[in-house]
Amino acid sequence: MDMNFNQHISQQFNADLQDIRNQMLAMGGLVQRQVADSIEAICTGNTSSADKIIQREDDVDAMEINIDRECTHILVRRQPAASDLRMVLAVSRVVRDLERMGDEAAKIAIHALEVANGNQAGSKMCNQSIRHMGNAVIEMISEALDAFARHDIEGAINVVRSDKMVDEQYASAIRELSTYMMEDPRSIGQAINILWILRAIERIGDHARNICEQVIYLVSGADVRHSSLSEMEEQAQIDPQANT
Amino acid sequence: MSTSMQHIENHITTGIPLSQNPKLAARNVDVFYGDKQAIFDVSLDIGANEVIALIGPSGCGKSTFLRTLNRMNDTIDICKIKGEILLDDENIYGADVDTVPLRARVGMVFQKPNPFPKSIYDNVAYGPRIHGLAQSRVELDETVEKSLQRAGLWNEVKDRLHAPGTGLSGGQQQRLCIARTIAVDPEVILMDEPCSALDPIATAKIEELIDELREKYTIAIVTHSMQQAARVSQRTAYFHLGQLIEVNPTKQVFTTPQHELTEAYITGRFG
Repeated sequence: MDMNFNQHISQQFNADLQDIRNQMLAMGGLVQRQVADSIEAICTGNTSSADKIIQREDDVDAMEINIDRECTHILVRRQPAASDLRMVLAVSRVVRDLERMGDEAAKIAIHALEVANGNQAGSKMCNQSIRHMGNAVIEMISEALDAFARHDIEGAINVVRSDKMVDEQYASAIRELSTYMMEDPRSIGQAINILWILRAIERIGDHARNICEQVIYLVSGADVRHSSLSEMEEQAQIDPQANT
Repeated sequence: MSTSMQHIENHITTGIPLSQNPKLAARNVDVFYGDKQAIFDVSLDIGANEVIALIGPSGCGKSTFLRTLNRMNDTIDICKIKGEILLDDENIYGADVDTVPLRARVGMVFQKPNPFPKSIYDNVAYGPRIHGLAQSRVELDETVEKSLQRAGLWNEVKDRLHAPGTGLSGGQQQRLCIARTIAVDPEVILMDEPCSALDPIATAKIEELIDELREKYTIAIVTHSMQQAARVSQRTAYFHLGQLIEVNPTKQVFTTPQHELTEAYITGRFG
């Protein structure tokens, strides 16, 4: 007799786990859109788009609470173990990172409004860097969610590699921003807005990396939080199913 | 993921079946009921002062294996055993081993509480009397009190020691059976689903007791409740179709089991 171990005996348990995973991916899609729109708002100065991002932030918060409540219900009702437990814990942790990404996107939108409403001096500072870093983190969110959906450790590690590049771009943009401020002190007010925006984009990259740490935990059981990239690569090789 | 529900050819137990400080050691144990083989080449150590949980679906051989550890299967005529079970390095299936003192050293608590139709006092005093462990009435009284205290029952029954044991609640009866087991000062206690007939409060008391008993005794517990296995044991052994599939620290088994059959069972994908 062959048995399919993908399915629980309880169909409802299957459905519950599938549901939190799908809801988390849907939340990820919304957050990705929030981030993309916020980058667009700052780069184009489109303030109507910025207002919408700030309004949609409430939806992101509501999704976090809702998914976390579902995770709690599964823990109470099913007492999940092994890969099921890791799925529930990972989803619960990932939605927190997604919610924080949503916060950062809203911050970018608020600063985009301030930049648009402020004086023109320096309003286009670091526009290239913002565009570059913004596109990189949008791609990272997409790849992190794909890695989660596909249980893809290699894909997750690629995102961690990308995060290192975003960190380097951030450091370089800050240096660029300093030169503007030194050249023209009138631009300092705007520069501070741009600084917050760059910082928010860099943080979004960190949260995408956190999601990927949860992908590695979900698939292999290895807890790679606070590990370096090389440690992560090494630990991710630990595959509990490898010797069966 | 799909896998065969047949025996695994040349299976080697995954994880850490051996212990650095074994109290009981099973070596290449096969058990047969007539022509039918129930246990296949199981080697497993039970370390001193550890609680090991034996889990697996119905018919996987976990209770059969437990019963080999104090020769309870001897009472079944068609049951034959190959391999060795070493208690402190001595094979309990040796020709000169007397099962009566053996079962005092390796006591057993069953699924359904089974007090004798005697008083609470006499239930606990029975073992020490037949094994000649008490020299005087005072000594016997002390043994009864100490055993009931260790089983967490003393305060509930001290004023009615001569009332029938069968008049206690299910949870109290099970603790009485545990008191009866420890009255003969065993080294190992085998528990075969000791809480399956009990309500959650009585279960919690037995689990608390298991944790306290570990300081003095070595305990092997068969349970169908995976939460119970996770709560009370330090190591967990997973049996499947008579084979010992995996043995690992309990924390690992319930978060990152190594074998896919263990994973499938504890996550409720079959069983």
